[in-house]
Amino acid sequence: MADWKEMKSVLTAPILNNNPIALQILGVCSALAVTTKLEKALVMSLALTVVTAFSNLFISMIRNTIPSSVRIIVQMTIIASLVIIVDQVLQAFAYSVAKELSVFIGLIITNCIVMGRAEAFAMKSPPMLSFMDGIGNGLGYSFVLIVVGVIKELFGFGTLLGFTIIPTDIIPPNGLLVLPFSSFFVIGLFIWVLRTYKKDQVEAKE
Amino acid sequence: MEHYLSLLIRAVFIENMALAYFLGMCTFLAVSKKVTTAIGLGVAVIVVLTISVPANQVIYQNILAPGALEWAGMPDADLSFLGFLTYIGVIAALVQILEMILDKYFPALYDALGIFLPLITVNCAIFGGVAFMVQRDYNFAESVVYGFGSGLGWAIAIALLAAVREKLKYADFPEGMRGLGSVFITAGLMALGFQSFSGISL
Repeated sequence: MADWKEMKSVLTAPILNNNPIALQILGVCSALAVTTKLEKALVMSLALTVVTAFSNLFISMIRNTIPSSVRIIVQMTIIASLVIIVDQVLQAFAYSVAKELSVFIGLIITNCIVMGRAEAFAMKSPPMLSFMDGIGNGLGYSFVLIVVGVIKELFGFGTLLGFTIIPTDIIPPNGLLVLPFSSFFVIGLFIWVLRTYKKDQVEAKE
Repeated sequence: MEHYLSLLIRAVFIENMALAYFLGMCTFLAVSKKVTTAIGLGVAVIVVLTISVPANQVIYQNILAPGALEWAGMPDADLSFLGFLTYIGVIAALVQILEMILDKYFPALYDALGIFLPLITVNCAIFGGVAFMVQRDYNFAESVVYGFGSGLGWAIAIALLAAVREKLKYADFPEGMRGLGSVFITAGLMALGFQSFSGISL
């Protein structure tokens, strides 16, 4: 059993210091596409955190018995089974959101965060630590998604989770932020802010 | 014929995998530093999409779809919940087979694609193409056209982004914006440009 300090660091480091989206360039696809409304972003974050945590846990449990030549297929099978469970649960209990997210729940399978953490962390670490790492990276992803979701819904529609915050007759909503691709700008600026604050993440000049 | 042509145009430009649906973004942002590698990856994606979308279409329509197992005497069976597992398995197997065939018969192409081929298994553009094909109920011919078109669209997008990034190397960005930040903004502007295709109705 690893000590608490180590567990805490793998849990909190991915949120700001080693953010999967802003630094590791993992899992960007869904981050861009599902952030038009905060509700969608929240459901997606929850789904991804659950899948990453449990895939890390299970892969780490059997890491010593997986032959390295077929490890990708084994990891894929575990991840795909978890995603099927999440998808079925969402379709049963949150049908309208599941419908809106359409293929993006399925795309968690190929989300590089899940694969990347399984390959880079869970294959080398004990189960509980891997589980924490999965939750931590899920939180890092959720953090970006929620920030982007709040910005886009608040200024694009004037609402948060469907409730009016800024009445549209006082400040007219920004039509650009309603369109999906504006997430590129929001995430780009998010990275700028993060790196101004955390100087060590600045990339070297080519 | 006209139907297939408009499907192709739609898959390449209007519903561009990378810039309209944001699929395959991780590789799109990470492997677009040089035009030559970007084109190599683009070709690999076209090949894999053109094969894997129709292959999954056949499997879905004949085995997984509700009532598809009628020929085996099980008209009530609905295996569509196994979809994700099957698609990813088929994609992974296809990439592996393709790699072996290329290695054996087309070594030049194999060397050109290099490490990109195995990486493609986890490229969400492939999985996204398959998932969209199932959702929209394409028939076999449509799935071939759609697979090729969406691959081509992705290849064009990554080649363009790489070309822009090669020029941007000389730009003087603020510190925090250097690298990834600037790529996001560039890709956003490209997506804005591609947005203009959405007005075309076919």
